[in-house]
Amino acid sequence: MNIAVAKEDINAARDAAYALPLDKINVAQPVLFQQNAMWPYFERLRREDPVHYCAESEFGPYWSITKYNDIMAVDTNHQVFSSDFLAGGITIGGGQANQDPLPMFIAMDPPKHDIQRKVVTPVVNPANLQYLGPIIRERAGKILDSLPIGEPFDWVDKVSIELTAMTLATLFDLPQEERRQLARWSDIVTAAPGHGVIDTMEEKMMEFQRFHGRFTELWNDRVNATEAGGDLISMLAHNPATRNMEPREYFGNVVLLTVGGNDTTRNTITGSVLALNQNPDQYDKLRANPELITSMVSETIRWQTPLAHMRRTANQDIEFQGKHIKKGDKVVMWYVSGNRDETVIERPNDYIIDRENPRRHISFGFGIHRCVGNRLAELQLQIIWEEIMKRFPAIEVVAEPKRSYSTFVKGYERLMTVIPKRN
Amino acid sequence: MTGDPLVILRCEQSEPRRMPKIKYIEHNGKEHEAEVPEGWSVMEGAVKNMIPGIDADCGGACACATCHVFVDDPAMAAKIPPKSDMEETMLDFAPEIQPNSRLSCQIKVTKELDGLVVRMPHSQH
Repeated sequence: MNIAVAKEDINAARDAAYALPLDKINVAQPVLFQQNAMWPYFERLRREDPVHYCAESEFGPYWSITKYNDIMAVDTNHQVFSSDFLAGGITIGGGQANQDPLPMFIAMDPPKHDIQRKVVTPVVNPANLQYLGPIIRERAGKILDSLPIGEPFDWVDKVSIELTAMTLATLFDLPQEERRQLARWSDIVTAAPGHGVIDTMEEKMMEFQRFHGRFTELWNDRVNATEAGGDLISMLAHNPATRNMEPREYFGNVVLLTVGGNDTTRNTITGSVLALNQNPDQYDKLRANPELITSMVSETIRWQTPLAHMRRTANQDIEFQGKHIKKGDKVVMWYVSGNRDETVIERPNDYIIDRENPRRHISFGFGIHRCVGNRLAELQLQIIWEEIMKRFPAIEVVAEPKRSYSTFVKGYERLMTVIPKRN
Repeated sequence: MTGDPLVILRCEQSEPRRMPKIKYIEHNGKEHEAEVPEGWSVMEGAVKNMIPGIDADCGGACACATCHVFVDDPAMAAKIPPKSDMEETMLDFAPEIQPNSRLSCQIKVTKELDGLVVRMPHSQH
């Protein structure tokens, strides 16, 4: 990779970020994330105006919360900072006039949130993770053994999507042949039409319909089964708390579990390959001591921050860090910035796989909406790296990644790599 | 300190004052005893003594559930202030929950808790 070019880009982005008047800063631009140019804007906000109001953006006015401890304060104050889908839900784009919001438990407040969340959590309980471990390992091995040696291929397509889509299909108890379709639907949910994944809103809606149709079939299948399976759909269909929910609410929860269980881990797997390539000394350290995989996984989850933000809506006026947030205001917690907060994390811009406190990151969120699947995400990353280290001395990134056009999903559409040889 | 089940935290004061003893039992039965200064949380007593089994991802803000422990002795449990709503909720989402489950970041060490025994779950979520 041409690292010199990357540095020039960073300097240009920094100049642009510091040239603007503070009140004109708008970090919520998908193009900034696609170009990886958002960092200096967040750096400036953390230093000069950590709770920042942006009056105009494509998503309307919003507050940015950029420091680790402030994010923690908002995330744990669900009494004031609501996730309710009717108020706009959990993404900066939610609640716009042209949308019909989907109910899902991540976008609900207590008590309903708590009730529905508890229905699906058993899927990632310790016993189930123990059951999934060997299955994931076998699949990871097969995926890695099928990779070409000495010729370029897209790591996103061949490894990250494959492994995570297989896991997700298992969680839904969907035939494995449908896994790529599932991954495609997951992409569609968060994709802005016209930016690579899907061309138009009409096409997006059509694919969405098929997604909806397939999962309606699955519900009907499972709800009528005399014995409840251990998959997510059966859990929803057989638990008294969710058995009679509205079809829209069921589909909303399917969308949540699809995206939550898929994009995030996929992009962190890709991120791990990229980060180790950008930091060859860290890759050397890992090769010398594979026991560092566990802390490398946590460090990568911090470094990548696969979901750049979560959004809340103030349900009352509140004074927060000297700013007056009004009832109805959109409040965006930028996890991507909190994870680079130099007042909480030492050398936050450096990727250090054996740092002292690697689990001290904000990528999973905190409070009642904290990521349900965090341990399954870590498990998949742990296993894929254990299997990589057994097989390959190196995975080399051979081109700049193609990054997602999104302020929410911080990920990659493509990462070209070469594996020079097997061990 | 690895391999040594008995981990004693040394007090920096010139005249060492008795500190409450807390016993931590890992899921596999391995016991660790630590003297923990009053005012610390039971979670801090584990983390600062490098006792495994308590992750404390949020650093003690009652915002995750990765410092989950069981307090088996009802007499001891009665000496600990009751759970806040937030602690109740965070525990509610964790696996392996029992009536005697607590988040150890919310248990402040006092003289009365000298001899407290906490057991840890299979894993922290």
